[in-house]
This record gives sequence, structure tokens and C-alpha cells, in this order.
Amino acid sequence: MISPGELGRMREILADVAPVVGHRPWPRGRIGQMAWDMAVDKLVTGELTMLSLWADAKVVHMALLVENSAEIAVVSLACTDGSFPSVGARHPPALRFERAIRDLYGIEAVASPDKRPWLDFGFWGVKHPLGDCGGAPVSRLPYTFLPTEGENLHQIAVGPVHAGTIEPGHFRFTASGETVVRLEQRLGYVHKGVEALLIGAPLDRATQLAARASGDSTVAYALAFARAAEVALGIKIPARANWLRALMAELERIANHLGDFGAICNDASFVMMHAQCGMLRERVLRASNACFGHRLMMDCVVPGGTAVDLPKDGTENLRSLVFEIRELLPKLVELYDMTASLQDRTVKTGILTSALARQYGAGGYVGRASGRTFDARRAMQYPPYNELKFDVPVLLEGDVNARVWIRIREIEASLSLIEQILGQIPGGAFQDQVEASPSSGIREGMALVEGFRGDVLAWVKFDVSGRLSRCHLRDPSWFQWPLLEAAIEGNIVADFPLCNKSFNCSYSGHDL
Amino acid sequence: MRKLLFESIAKDSYTEPAPRVSSEAMAELATRVNGESRKRLGRSLSIRQIDAGSCNACELEIHALSNVFYDLERFGFRFVASPRHADVLLVTGPVTKNMGEALMRTYNATPNPKWVVAVGNCAVNGGLYRGSYAVVGGVSNLIPVDLHIRGCPPSPVQLLEGLLALLQQ
Repeated sequence: MISPGELGRMREILADVAPVVGHRPWPRGRIGQMAWDMAVDKLVTGELTMLSLWADAKVVHMALLVENSAEIAVVSLACTDGSFPSVGARHPPALRFERAIRDLYGIEAVASPDKRPWLDFGFWGVKHPLGDCGGAPVSRLPYTFLPTEGENLHQIAVGPVHAGTIEPGHFRFTASGETVVRLEQRLGYVHKGVEALLIGAPLDRATQLAARASGDSTVAYALAFARAAEVALGIKIPARANWLRALMAELERIANHLGDFGAICNDASFVMMHAQCGMLRERVLRASNACFGHRLMMDCVVPGGTAVDLPKDGTENLRSLVFEIRELLPKLVELYDMTASLQDRTVKTGILTSALARQYGAGGYVGRASGRTFDARRAMQYPPYNELKFDVPVLLEGDVNARVWIRIREIEASLSLIEQILGQIPGGAFQDQVEASPSSGIREGMALVEGFRGDVLAWVKFDVSGRLSRCHLRDPSWFQWPLLEAAIEGNIVADFPLCNKSFNCSYSGHDL
Repeated sequence: MRKLLFESIAKDSYTEPAPRVSSEAMAELATRVNGESRKRLGRSLSIRQIDAGSCNACELEIHALSNVFYDLERFGFRFVASPRHADVLLVTGPVTKNMGEALMRTYNATPNPKWVVAVGNCAVNGGLYRGSYAVVGGVSNLIPVDLHIRGCPPSPVQLLEGLLALLQQ
């Protein structure tokens, strides 16, 4: 039930503000400092959840969500003097966003408790690449990690090059014996300047760039970007395209969850599960390749629809895939649940409290294993999910085991979704031609879609000539990475791989 | 677990025959790699993978090489945790400036003789990210590359076709 109070929260902030013309589908308001402070108040009390914080020329935008009613709005604050009142000073989930904004735009978050750079290590040869590009590049002085004090503490430095085939990032552990006292992450190693490359990019190139924000979520990102671009440009896509997109999104979810399920067990040296899950994952990728022409379905979702249609034998191919997974998965789940040595590693390990999950608005299995029910498919009801039946599993334990179980339940839910889609998918065209033609005004669009890791946000702005003049992509990992620091506290160092894999945050999607 | 294991034994193996060695890779290696180091390294190669700014898609497919269908280890390859144990560096990504130093240090920590394989279109010349303020663009801009395996990302079969060329004496 939505109380009248909930509906009023956004209105209070946007009171007396005319919504910006051309921003769709949710309102955006240019607000003053008082309303900005009020928004931060509501973040602090938990009445609102932050969806993202990003900058444009001399302005910062903050996307906000009322969780129960799924109401969304963007508030914008002008930064004429190059600064804005820090959100992170009172609401920690904003801290890393503010550090990134300073590095990229040179816009300062006044009174932020953390003035250290985040993405800029001093190697770019340019300062504030998205802002005025002015001034000498930042120094390459050693990064100062937060201090830890106590008897017999020692530090363990890990990365950026890790021991396995994974993305680069630095983890600084402070341990007392075997117990982790503090983990501090340093990310930014895979920053490629994606948001700068997106400025002025033609639509097809921008779609490719967005689809590579994080390779494991290529469908989710392409979908988020396409939906944002379509809503901005006022394009209605053929009905069939929505269903094909959902088919791809669910295949991507299953492939990733299977991979994670095996990899988490592998980190507890239970290799057999890794082999079995790896086999199933490969089956999903091969079926995706047979149906859509790419194992990861990269560049298969485009503005206007999808790049490819489901071939004639596609339905049968996917039905037998669903059958095969349903045959084997229950046996693997039973094995997982009955193996005491494995349970010993995953149960009560790396607990994330529901209070933190809620405060950070953690999406995906991280949030849902800690009691946060949000799922963008359910909350936003974007097609075709408004016509499909599916469960959103939620657990309260918040440990590695719970994050494994959420994945298992989501695989089952996605298998059912694939069956429903195959049974109900309408015929007709799967793609419309899309052009970003000139218009009389600026057009802005935003989309929130559910990737396997959580909700992916895309925000786009087209100028009057139809040029993409700003695109912001926000990975769910922005809110999950800091929570991993909290979840590992008090655990033993040897359990970090399990905790880390159970979060499986994206480096590339975060660093961009 | 026993039941699953017995079932697996009764089933045919999932592992597939080796693909043909890529002639393109053979040609590139012929110009780069001398016989001495080939002799020295032999047919057992330890691989250290380095993500130098990839979107993670290449890593996913490199991972897939270890699954039951491709079973990379049967050819004599294995992934190692330290560059000090490696014969081959498998580098992905457009080489972000933030990863440049780490890549150089990893390269220098790898004993000679060593081969560098650049994986994915980004690693060839920066790919989609070429021209960005934040990337060096192409692995060969920083360290010598012996073999390029193209693709976005290259499929496990494409990766195998290229890697197998390293084993041809």
C-alpha cells in the first residue's frame, strides 16, 4: 500500500518548480539549495533512495527513488561557482560519486569528508577531462589510505593485478591475525573515459560503447541505453522487440548466475560444482549464439528494437536449453545444500545488514539477500514484464549463502520467464529505423532496467541538432562495492574470495 | 555427490576435438618468435592473464577455455597466479593509462623468454576507445606483442586457434 505521505515526498522537493520540458519519462526539476538540502534530509531518513549522482556542464543531477511507490525524479542544482553542498557528508553512498565528479568535472562537493581523488591517478595528461580541462594534472603522489590504529595490526595489499583471471582493482586489508579489521578498495584502474567518448557520438557508436560498459551485462546496458534514447526521442518500438529483449536479458541473467554459483563454490575449493555450472553456462552461451548470433548477445539490442530476430528453430533450441538446466540444476542445488564443508564456508559468512542494504539502495542479489525487495522489472513494470508472472526472491540473512540462494531462485524464475516469453511473444517487426533528427528543443531520457547484478541506470541528453550531448551510465556496483567493505569486516582473510565473488561487483561498469 | 560423479563417468565426455590452428596466428608468430625460445618453452606454457582495461567480456571467454568443452589444460596450457611463473602474458583491453604502470611491472616481473598475446580488438589498437584521454590504445604501444587474437570478444574457439599456434614447433 502506498501512503499519501510517500507520494508527497517527491512533491515537497519539487514544489514550486516547473518540470524541465523534454525530460522523460520521469520529471526533472531545477531546484535551489534549500530543496537540495531537503532531498538530502530525506535520503538520510531513508524516505528517499539515491539512484545516481552525476554532473554536466556547471550542474549536478541527482536521481531519486521512493521505493514503495517506485516514483522517480531527477533534481538538478546549478553549480555556477563550481561547487555544490556535499551529499556524501550526510549520506555516505554519495561519497564516491562526488569524488568522481570532482575528478571528471572539477566540481567540488563542499564539506565532503573525503577530498581524495577517485578515478584520476595523475596519468591522463589532462585535468577535469569533462569540465574545463584546465590546470596542471593531479599529482601522482602515493594514495593515502584511511588510517587504522591498534595493536598488532598488519596490512595486506592486493592488486590491481589479481591472482585469477579477473578485473583489476586494489584491495587494502588491515588484519588482526586472520581477522579483517578493515578493507578499503581503490578502484579506477579500468577507467576508459567512456562518458567523454559518448559526448557527440553518433547513435550507433554510442550504443556500442554503452553495450561495453560491463561485458557481462551487455544486454542490460544496451537495453538501458536504448530505452533512455527511445524515450528521449519519442520512439515507440515494435511489440515483438520488447519480448526479444526480455528473452536476451533473461538468458544473460541465467548465464551469469550459473557462472557465479559455480565460481563461489570454486572459491571454497568445491571444483565439481564449478565444472557442472560451467557446462550449463556454456550451454546458455551456445544457445544465445545460435539464436542471436553472439555468445554474450553483444550489440543485439539497439535503439528501435533488436538487431536480430529469433530464428525459426530458436524456440525449440531455447526450450531444450530450459529442459536441460531444469534436469541438472536441482541436483546441483541439492549437492550445494547437503555438503557440510561447503555450507561451513558460506553460511554466516560476509553478512550484510538490511539497514546498510537499504541505505545504499543495493540492487540485485546483494540487496535481495539482505531484505531489500527492489527489482526494476517489477517496480518499473517495463514491457513485457508487465504481462509476465515472476517471483522476486528475498531473504533476510544477508550472508554468502543467501546471495547464492537468491541466484538459484532467480535462475528458476528466469527459466519460467523464458518459457512464458516463448509462448506469448507476438509476431511482426523487430526493429524500426531510428534517427536522432534535429528538434526544436533539448530532449532528455532516463531508463532503469534490471541486469543480473542489479538495476542499471542510463540517462541521455540530445541537443537541438540531435547530437548526444551527455550520457550517464550508472552501474549497480557503485552501491555494492562500499557494502563489500562492510560485509567483510570481522571475517577471516581466507573468506574474502567467497564474499567478493558472492557480490561479484563490476570494475569496468564502475570505472567506465 | 557420488551419484553425480557416477553419472558423469557413464556419460560421454563433453570435451570437443581441438580446432584447427589459425594460419594467421602462425604467420604472425613466424615473424616474431625465434626458434630458441620455442625450444626452451616447449609444449607446456604457463599463462598469466592481465586485464588492462577490458570491459570483462574477454575475461569471460578466457574463463570459458577452462570449461569441460574446451579443457585448455589438455594442450599443456595452464593459468598461473604470478607473472614470475608465467611464459605467456595474455593481455586484454585498450590499456588504460591507470593500468599502464601495473602492466609494465607485470611484464618486467615475467622471466625471459616470454611471449605476449594481445586478446580482443581493444588490445590491438584501442578499438572503440581509441583516442580517449584515458587509454594508451593497443598493448604494443607499451610492451612488445608476439600474437594478436582479434574479436569482440574472441570466442573460446578463436582463442584456442590462436593459442595452439604457440605450441607448434
